[in-house]
Amino acid sequence: MRLTVNGMPQDVEPQPGQVLRTLLRGLGHYEVKRGCDAGDCGACTVLLDGQAVNSCIIPAHRVEGREVTTVQGIGTSESLAPVQERFIAAGGFQCGYCTPGMVVMASTFDEEELAELPQSLKGNLCRCTGYRSIGDAVTGICNTAPPGISNGDPAYGQAVAPPAARRVVSGEEAYTLDEDPPAGMLHLAVLGSPHAHARVVYLDASRALSLPGVHAVLTAEDSPAVRFSSARHEHREDDPDDQLVIDTVMRFRGQRVAAVVAETRRIAEQACALIEVGYDLIPAVYAPDEARREGAPVLHPDRSVHDRVADAARNTVVRFDEGERADEVDAALASAPHRYTGTFETHRITHVAMEAPAARGWVDEAGRYVLRTSTQVPFLTRDELARVFGLEREQVRVLTGRVGGGFGSKQEMLVEDLVLLAMLKTGAPVEYEWTRTDTMTIAPTRHPMTLTVSIGADDAGHFTALDLDVLADAGAYGNHTGGVLHHGVTESTEIYHWGAKRVHAEGVYTNNVPSGAFRGYGLGQVMFAIESAIDELALSMGLTPAELRRRNMITADDGFGGGVLDDLAIGSYGLDQCLDWVEGRLAESASESWRPTGLPRTTVSRPTGPEWAEGTGLALAMIATLPPRGHFAEASVTLQRDGTYLISVGTSEFGNGTTTAHVQFAATALNADASQFVVQQSDTDVTGYDTGAFGSAGTVVAGRAVHSAALGLRDRLVAAAAARLGVAESECALDSGGVAGPGGARVGFAELVDALAPRSGRVRHTASSDGSPRSVAFNVQGFRVAVSRATGEVRILQSVHAADAGTVINPEQLRGQIEGGVAQGIGTVLYENLIVHDGVVETPVLRQYHVPQYADLPLTETFFADTYDLLGPRGAKSMSEAPYNPVAPALANAIRDALGVRPHSTQLTRDAVWALANGEGAS
Amino acid sequence: MDLVQVSSVRTPRTRDELTLAPGEVFLGGGTWLYSEPQPDVTGVVDLTSMGWAPIERRRGGALRLSATCTLEQLHGLSLPEVSESGGEAGVETRVAADRGLGGAAHPVFAQAVRSFLAGAKVWRTATVGGNLCFAAPASPIPALAALLDASIRVWGPGGKRRIAADAFVTGAGRTALAAGELVRAIDIPAAALASRTAWRRIALAPLGRAGVFAGGRREASGLTVIMIAGARTRPGVLRFERMPAPDELAEAVGSLGDWYADPHGSPDWRRAMAVRLAEEVRFELAGAGA
Repeated sequence: MRLTVNGMPQDVEPQPGQVLRTLLRGLGHYEVKRGCDAGDCGACTVLLDGQAVNSCIIPAHRVEGREVTTVQGIGTSESLAPVQERFIAAGGFQCGYCTPGMVVMASTFDEEELAELPQSLKGNLCRCTGYRSIGDAVTGICNTAPPGISNGDPAYGQAVAPPAARRVVSGEEAYTLDEDPPAGMLHLAVLGSPHAHARVVYLDASRALSLPGVHAVLTAEDSPAVRFSSARHEHREDDPDDQLVIDTVMRFRGQRVAAVVAETRRIAEQACALIEVGYDLIPAVYAPDEARREGAPVLHPDRSVHDRVADAARNTVVRFDEGERADEVDAALASAPHRYTGTFETHRITHVAMEAPAARGWVDEAGRYVLRTSTQVPFLTRDELARVFGLEREQVRVLTGRVGGGFGSKQEMLVEDLVLLAMLKTGAPVEYEWTRTDTMTIAPTRHPMTLTVSIGADDAGHFTALDLDVLADAGAYGNHTGGVLHHGVTESTEIYHWGAKRVHAEGVYTNNVPSGAFRGYGLGQVMFAIESAIDELALSMGLTPAELRRRNMITADDGFGGGVLDDLAIGSYGLDQCLDWVEGRLAESASESWRPTGLPRTTVSRPTGPEWAEGTGLALAMIATLPPRGHFAEASVTLQRDGTYLISVGTSEFGNGTTTAHVQFAATALNADASQFVVQQSDTDVTGYDTGAFGSAGTVVAGRAVHSAALGLRDRLVAAAAARLGVAESECALDSGGVAGPGGARVGFAELVDALAPRSGRVRHTASSDGSPRSVAFNVQGFRVAVSRATGEVRILQSVHAADAGTVINPEQLRGQIEGGVAQGIGTVLYENLIVHDGVVETPVLRQYHVPQYADLPLTETFFADTYDLLGPRGAKSMSEAPYNPVAPALANAIRDALGVRPHSTQLTRDAVWALANGEGAS
Repeated sequence: MDLVQVSSVRTPRTRDELTLAPGEVFLGGGTWLYSEPQPDVTGVVDLTSMGWAPIERRRGGALRLSATCTLEQLHGLSLPEVSESGGEAGVETRVAADRGLGGAAHPVFAQAVRSFLAGAKVWRTATVGGNLCFAAPASPIPALAALLDASIRVWGPGGKRRIAADAFVTGAGRTALAAGELVRAIDIPAAALASRTAWRRIALAPLGRAGVFAGGRREASGLTVIMIAGARTRPGVLRFERMPAPDELAEAVGSLGDWYADPHGSPDWRRAMAVRLAEEVRFELAGAGA
């Protein structure tokens, strides 16, 4: 079959049943991404005879004689098309995985399509940005600084575009699988359990093994006997050892029964269907409150506290009590003149990072096992692989390409263990890539929780007691449950003075899909309950919600203490500025003459009439700038003879923007142009160690290490130049061309490198950071909504978000992180719902699980508090998880204000709001 | 996605080649078939190779939509009639030629197409026959066909037959097609094309997968047809000799029953939205024809 791709004739024979996307990637067109594989997300968009199509649902046999244009045919990094330049100028991407498809789509828009962007862009999903910056890109708004930030104009604080921008918008930036595969690479496919709780009692793989092209079938017999947790943390003892690579007991639907390793993915999937399995069914339990009762089916009867499972007989993976003056809570509540008690539910949602988990492994020349994988934690994954498989750490190298979104989903070892097992079994390179449906049905989700909260207050409006009970559904494996619960009840409660405080939390095994790390790590669920309860209390006391919060929130002079909080401090305090600003913005929009503004090329009307009710709501959030008990990073900055600097850092880039921040730290310290820097990252070979990119640590921990390394390098360079010139160091200064001394004297980079490192030609300076002490960041979200009692529609008229992130490293990136967090929060409340009935996920594809489209989101106005953090690098704090947390309660509070009925669930789709407005579920 | 069990792709040119072998299925656009694993499908028979004219004027002013007519082509029926030849070449000329074929009902075709969760990229590939046979509650084409009193032309091993559109869908994802049968065309009668139409849809998100469709049309005789879909497992059609009063319509719609539950709306909400949208349709038709 002949076709033309980007003007080049191709002669290729498609396989029966193959789609165009696979055909193109087989030809090396890795710029065509696999996002959903179902025509829903648009990451694979190409032009077919000049018209945009989703190449993942175009039967390949139909493209004979036709002309295909990918994003590479629109422009390469050497020669970008104007539409690609506009995506850089606007800052129109974060992880960038959707960007090639987005660029191809945008390249086709005429004036008519630009005029109705919600309709025109509805087939292209972005999970990171919240679409404002994409709207800006499509309509030609410039938000990033032009290249060439130079001397006297430090990169720090500028809207510098990401270093990879030109490669991202042209599709050249390589994600996990966007490289030519190693020779002889095999593909792995998994047979998942059809039952939520069962024991495998019979398995015959002979038919699968006899299929030509099949090299191995992996079963529990091949699995190491070492138990582990898929969750990854600095301390592996944080998480329970309750998983095997392949187990004989199936505890959730879709769990690995066996894996086939074959020459093609097609053969591997075909062979999975030929494996014969017999199961003994075990009674299953799906509700956490039932699972913890006596007599419920026990999921992990053989685990104990030695495996860090608190009470296996009661399916309880974690259970704890904490608080200050907890024994006084009952009396304080009983005597409080004002109190509120409510029970709240947070529903199950999932991350939908656009790149599904994938890993590829091979053996290098030194005989080491190399895994290129989509992880947020390459070092922790390496360490655990070595442990599980009985290898030396030096025998394993883990690295990543650019990672296509995370949101917590990739702080988890989900594919790497099977790839390594398959490599050990076959001796060949192996690839394992999840499908979109895998990410919806077997990937750990956000923890659903049931929370009961009681708050007491005195007549002066001061809280006297908090009683909080939390029950989380851990799903079939414990992984992050302990961490999520401990974290979830910390900053959410520490942000207020309570008087007496009592917290009881339990995380319980069920036969549902496991729960795991999700942006906010438990805080969002707990804040939903507390911030809802505070609102109700304010209403009953006749105080505004802002005022009651103001009387009780922590101040700049407060501290924290006890246990893991010992190294936590308020390094800077902007909570008051944030609350004042949000309250002020919501007050301004109360005016009848105020009119809403939406995303670019949208119109938002402010509806009137009897069916509509308007309301406002806000919520506060606080988050530690990084995880407790140590988060380590080593980084180096290397001067090369040609005057370029190499930054080597362990942390991954998945749209969090840390790479840009690292360049800005280093460029400012070294008084250089941002374009002089090259970053190599997230590879266990390029630096000593990095705990990983989670808990928003990429900026403050790895960033501090980069900053220290750059300052150290600067001092060495200046000292060397001063010595050569025979002058004092104080008379010398580093600039983008070398070191300038007094009277116009200069020492160039080549001369410095020759002097300091004559053999290697590289001057390297390494520094590290231990992630302690930690500071806190603040976020306040406000909404004005109009709610239709007739349809349940919640129309967001105004979305305002104030953040205290310390000094602002990059205003456009910070704005993007906030907008993206708010977008994910709105999606959580208004649109997304991972429905699981009897262990079966009923929303396994994106057309069932509604990720926000362009049409679904408001414009979010942002405000940055003016603070300088005494603990953060150059006064900065992290800001990537944080903006998500206050969104759900702020939105629920606004809906409450409009309808006069309190939502008790985060699940507020139109049918739920309609039921709320019409008398069901009222408090 | 790749259909890994498929080992043969047939591209028939004649009716004789339309007999399915075991494991074979008919392929329309493929936008659904290739969007989910199809473990039981070992061969596809691509109907787009039959070369059927997508849209044809039939005797007496009726309109034939071939099963392989794309959603984009259907959308084109809503373009207003133009006197001069506006197209430049190729595709655009053909689209221009279709202008005017939609009759007084012409706006409803674009409204139906815009009711898809999928956007223009999918409209270029997806076919009306494919969506009709998919027959999900959220499918706009079965709703459109029922509203327009269409007759479904069916070819099969037993010969040719017709099925009334309002009897074609028998349940969520189920149709009246027998094994081996395929939809050749959707035939829309002239009377329906000559009627005034109105169309509403609502979803849990502004442009999300539809939870409820309400369509209506009014003929010159006063005959008024109200169609409710999405909210139920299959489209429901109500006929009134004259424009119904609001209460009468609300009673009739609310009594349809069979309200559907899935992630796109609760049954109670769907029933309420069906009543509400039906009234909007009635109001629009009453105003347009008064």
